[in-house]
Parts: sequence; C-alpha cells; structure tokens
Amino acid sequence: MGRLNEYQVIGRHLPTDTNPTPKLYRMRIFAPNTVVAKSRFWYFLMKLRKVKKSNGEIITINLIHERRPTKVKNFGIWIRYDSRSGTHNMYKEYREMSRTEAVDALYQDMAARHRARFRSIHILKVVELEKTDDVKRPYIKQLLSKNLKFPLPHRVPKATSKALFSAHRPTTFA
Amino acid sequence: MAEKAEIEVKASQWRLVEVGRVVLFTHGQYTGRLAAIVEIIDHKRALVDGPSKKENADVPRQSVTLNNLIVTPIVIAKLPRAAGRGAVAKAWEKTEVEKKWNESAWAKRREQREKRHNLSDFDRFKVLRLKKQARFEVRKAHAKVRASAKSSS
Repeated sequence: MGRLNEYQVIGRHLPTDTNPTPKLYRMRIFAPNTVVAKSRFWYFLMKLRKVKKSNGEIITINLIHERRPTKVKNFGIWIRYDSRSGTHNMYKEYREMSRTEAVDALYQDMAARHRARFRSIHILKVVELEKTDDVKRPYIKQLLSKNLKFPLPHRVPKATSKALFSAHRPTTFA
Repeated sequence: MAEKAEIEVKASQWRLVEVGRVVLFTHGQYTGRLAAIVEIIDHKRALVDGPSKKENADVPRQSVTLNNLIVTPIVIAKLPRAAGRGAVAKAWEKTEVEKKWNESAWAKRREQREKRHNLSDFDRFKVLRLKKQARFEVRKAHAKVRASAKSSS
C-alpha cells in the first residue's frame, strides 16, 4: 500500500429555489485519505465552477482500487505545476503497477528534480499507455526493448556484521 | 618477439537480470526464498514470482527492488515476459529450479551455516569431536600412502 489512494468524489451545489436540481460534478482525486480528497475536490471545483464548500455538498466518496495490481503498466501523466518563477504544463511517463503508484512516483520525481511540493502540482490526467508505440519518453522506451537484460556490476553488500574491521575485502560483483 | 602472442579476449560472465532469471531474497520478509523474474520494471525493480510448492518457500507475485536480491546462476529458459502464475509454476517445475538450487554449493553452504548457527553448546562440541575424528582418518590414510611411496622408491 502506497502513500496515496485514488478516490472518486461526487459533489454538487446545494439545491436552491432557482435551481432545485443542481448539476453533479465527479472527480478522480489522488490523496492520502478522504479528508484530503474532499478538500482537493473543493479546491479544484472552485477553480472550475462557482461552487464553494459553504454552498455545496459532497454526495459520495469512494476508494478506487487498481484493477490488476500485479501487472506492470506504463502510465502517461499530464500535470500543471507552479515553479518559483511561473506555471508550467508537463507530460511525464512512469512504469509502475498501479495508477496510485505512478502518481506517487510523480510526486517524488517532481520533488527531486524541481523541488516541487504537493500543493504546487495539479494532476490533470493519468492514462495507461497500452501500446508501446504510444510511449514517448526515451527513459521509458529503453525499458521496453525486446530481450532486455543487464548485469548488476557493482554491488556493495549491506552491512551484515557490526565488526569494524574485516580480514577480506567484500566481493562487489554479481 | 618471435611470434604473435595468442590472446583470447572473453566477455565477463555476469549473471544478468533478465526475464526467467532465478533470484534469492537476501533481505526482508522472504529472506532465503527463491523467485523468478517475470518482468523488469526499471533499473532497480523487477516483478518476481516464486511458485514453490514447499511450505514457507513460496513468494507471492510482487515488485521488489534488486537491492534485496541476489541473482543466481539458474535461468528458466524462454520464459515469456509477464507470464502468469500458472505458467511460471509449470516452467519452474520443468527446469527443476529447486533441485538445481539444492544441489548447488551455495545452497549447501547456506544450509550448513544456518544449521551451525542454531547449534547448542554441546552440539558444537560434537561437531568439534567429529571433525577431529575425520581429520585423524584422513591423516592416517595420507601417512600410509606416503610411507608406501618412500619404501617403493
């Protein structure tokens, strides 16, 4: 179980005299828990429609499970993120077992490469790339080559004993 | 220099991370168990599956970091990429992975170390005595051979 979950959140504006049947809005939101998921729902909905938490309600919130959590898939993710100097759109690819893992990897990657925080990233779309031709980025393409194989040429063993000195050098290959 | 020196250049024999490679868990919950690589996820991770029928020897299908594994010389030849649990189990049986592993010096050494690690003080004493007896027999035979060689020459 990763850090993030995927939630389906459905909400709407509260019924009023002028509009007794307001439109429902549905979002798929990646969040660590339902509290954050609901908060993110209102955050995004306020940007798109004239609905606030104070004049709206959440109808349902469900956890979305990965359909095949033991299959390796390639994901394409579109994001919008605020850097220190401006706003950028990005497309990135990840090779993971589930959508939530891909999004988790994305947040880690953005934090590492761009020092971007959770609050400054909007996930626009997460798509599973079913055909290998759809994979655009070379860093994922290289993993899809036929008969892929590689050695592990330098392996530093994890410390097995607490001894400070050793009579033999460790073996670092294979 | 009279003649050209004959030098054979050989590529080093690395054990490769590849689909069908059998790996040994060295850290974590499944330490000491075997699994086969079913698909390579990226440079540091692989999807593995260990369909052993023995109790406490199977590994559920999962993604693992290669840091927690050691690649063994055993390979399941022509395992298709992302093969299902059943197909992996069949190929595992067919290549006799566990038989090959149990016959390897590596597995025997591991087993012996494990056994010795769990011995009591008296058991350790018994090992000492038995080793001494074995050594004595070997030396006796060796001395006999040496004596006969000396007398014949």
